[in-house]
Amino acid sequence: MNPRFLVPLGAFAALVVVLAVGINHSHEVGVLKSPLVGHQIPDWELPVLTDPTKSLGSRDLKGQWYVLNYWGAWCYSCRVEHPTLLQAQREGRVQIIGVDWVADNPDENAAALEMLSRQGNPYRQVVIDRDGRTAIDLGIAQAPESLLVNPQGVIVYKEPGVITPEIWRREFLARLPPQSAVPVANAGGS
Amino acid sequence: MLPELGHFALVLALVLAALQAFFGIVGPALGRDRWAAATTSAVAGQFVMVATAVGILVYAFVNFDFSVLYVAENSNSALPLMYRIAALWGAHEGSLLLWIFLLAVWTLAVAIASRNLPERFAARVLGVLGVLSFGFLLFTLATSDPFRRLIPAAADGRDLNPLLQDPGLAVHPPVLYTGYVGLAVAFSFACAAMLEGRMDPDWARWTRPWTTAAWAFLTCGIALGSWWSYYTLGWGGYWEWDPVENASFMPWLVATALIHSLAVTEKRGLFKSWTLLLAILAFSLSLLGTFLVRSGVLVSVHSFAADPSRGRFILAFLGLVIGGALTLYAWRAPLLKSNAGFDLLSRESFLLFNNILLVVAAATVLGGTLAPLIADTFGQSSLSVGPPYFRPTFLLAVIPLLLLLSVGVHANWKRGHLEAAVRPLLVTLVVAGLLGAAVVFGAYGGRHALAIIGFGIGSWIILSSLLDPVDRLRRHLSLSRAVLGMTLAHIGLAVAVIALTGVESYTSESDIALAAGASAQVGGYDFKLIGTQPIEGANYNAIRATVIVTRDGQPITTLYPESRTFWVQQQTRKVAGIYNRHGTDLFIALGDDLGAGRWSFRAQIRPLITLLWLGPLFMALGGALALSDRRYRMARAAARAAPPGARGEAY
Repeated sequence: MNPRFLVPLGAFAALVVVLAVGINHSHEVGVLKSPLVGHQIPDWELPVLTDPTKSLGSRDLKGQWYVLNYWGAWCYSCRVEHPTLLQAQREGRVQIIGVDWVADNPDENAAALEMLSRQGNPYRQVVIDRDGRTAIDLGIAQAPESLLVNPQGVIVYKEPGVITPEIWRREFLARLPPQSAVPVANAGGS
Repeated sequence: MLPELGHFALVLALVLAALQAFFGIVGPALGRDRWAAATTSAVAGQFVMVATAVGILVYAFVNFDFSVLYVAENSNSALPLMYRIAALWGAHEGSLLLWIFLLAVWTLAVAIASRNLPERFAARVLGVLGVLSFGFLLFTLATSDPFRRLIPAAADGRDLNPLLQDPGLAVHPPVLYTGYVGLAVAFSFACAAMLEGRMDPDWARWTRPWTTAAWAFLTCGIALGSWWSYYTLGWGGYWEWDPVENASFMPWLVATALIHSLAVTEKRGLFKSWTLLLAILAFSLSLLGTFLVRSGVLVSVHSFAADPSRGRFILAFLGLVIGGALTLYAWRAPLLKSNAGFDLLSRESFLLFNNILLVVAAATVLGGTLAPLIADTFGQSSLSVGPPYFRPTFLLAVIPLLLLLSVGVHANWKRGHLEAAVRPLLVTLVVAGLLGAAVVFGAYGGRHALAIIGFGIGSWIILSSLLDPVDRLRRHLSLSRAVLGMTLAHIGLAVAVIALTGVESYTSESDIALAAGASAQVGGYDFKLIGTQPIEGANYNAIRATVIVTRDGQPITTLYPESRTFWVQQQTRKVAGIYNRHGTDLFIALGDDLGAGRWSFRAQIRPLITLLWLGPLFMALGGALALSDRRYRMARAAARAAPPGARGEAY
């Protein structure tokens, strides 16, 4: 048998292996519990996207429930997640703080603003993580990832991927107190 | 009761598909012609069952049967009739059913049309199609049953995704899927040829019309999708290289290569193993694309994890079908020998380059699409591949392809004598170059060097493609519809190239904020906001802005961009205001309420964009024209005239 006719089969087999690992791997990621869940969120403070002279951090949000959502304009899955966050914002049960993760995207700042104006802004505040240091502190491996933080500053839940309406109901809303609502006072800015 | 019948119809269809696969593949293998003959009955029965299931689901949608989970999730009592029908393919389960239905339609068409093929061969083709249908039906019944009940029934439905409530999108999936599924026919012919060990050019001749038809549908489907995203997503983009678009584009590229290599195999008996491989690849990519996009693995590995059973099933099915076909290929292809040679400048050479470049283009798209997934698999996250990767790599393959096209259409089979064509080619090249430069400097003020190349290449293809047909007309020679179709398709491609060049080089766009009475200038046009008012649609509220467009004080048109908020899901969808002026679109989309009576808008002036939709239309019409060629009509007439016993030989 001429081995060159086996090349397509070999290439396809490699693809199947990658996809198979992908399915199982991603499944485990979903099951894996972040070591930070159940613990105090590490202190963080980041500049506001639209006004870098201002900043927002964990101290400003003490006493409030919030969702910290890591995203980026470069991240396709974040676009997929976006409508769910917009819906969540309309429901108004909990404030969502967006962290724009620059990663290596040179145009991230402008692209992020454009995405928010195009698709709507689900965030109470958007801060920007330029060097990814805070992401490391918070154990964020990729975008999108989201943390649910309670008024005592404890991470109650971590979603290691796209929030679907189902996940939002089951994992986020179910953990909030029944009467929770977004606080009236403006979130942070010091 | 009815939904249960629908479910039962699918179970029967599954059984019939199994019979179809068994009789079609095992019958001829054992030489049992009566088994093989039973294949056709199984095809007809399966079509009736699948059509019944589709009919019942449509009936449930039309009559608001919210006791069916899929209906409750994808429609609503306020949803207009047209969208209640289109809701059939509004989500995963129904799309899968549409796939199965279209596969049944294609299979039925093949069964009817191949009465003039050798019986065993035809049975094998239908048998392979039966395997595919069986896999899809099993997948549906095991993981994605569209008839699942919701007890107690919902008082009202959750509504169809508002983005899909648009005429453009309502027709887009069936057209695109018809193309995807049509490639299954070419795949099945290739598999049947390999099963039978009959890999002579006959199978290529029989496959060609099917492949051309599928390709034409695919072309239309992609163009419709692009058009829809242009006017409805609110920011005027027509191609983003996102995974969903790439999934439709890859099979198109390979199918285009397949059409060309089939011509070589049919006419000259060359590239035989390569053509087989392309036929397998084209359908494999459409399978990979549809499934991966549907299951969400390409969008995000994480949504795959939401239902790993679905993902595993898909992967197993892909492995069996594609792996099986490639194994068959590895076993059979080495038996093929070609003894005909060809010169470097012969038509065969040019078509070989065409094939290589198209496959390379498809491979770059595949690589870029899968890269984030592969990176994710190996723990590297946050890898995103976008236009900065796709654009240059794609152009690298496509520019040589387009240049070779102009020359290649003049090459002869086998012999490499291009001398006669050199003069007209040079003349047309110079004319095209001048035209390109004239357009760039004359009409657009010469800012882009690349634009000259783009316009030049496009014009050259048109002029060069027309040389032969015009020459034949002048000499009162006949022109076959096959040649006319090819010419029209090539011109369509050139038109699309010219359009892309214009749109990419000379679009002016701007995000502006306007209060009532204020105006802003974009690309030489003044957009003046008269005001906004709330309006009410069938199942949505909308804000409609009235914008007057003027140029140099002369009124051009009035546009009414809308932002619709649908009642049930409270989701917003934009409907842009678009006016076409001499092929240039004046586009305005309504953005957000900025407060104090001010609204944000996105205004665009997109020159030549009309041609971007006309180009693919020409290509598809070219395909249709080639399909109406005399030899196919003759073949049908011959089949009708032939006595039943003489079937196989009549061809």
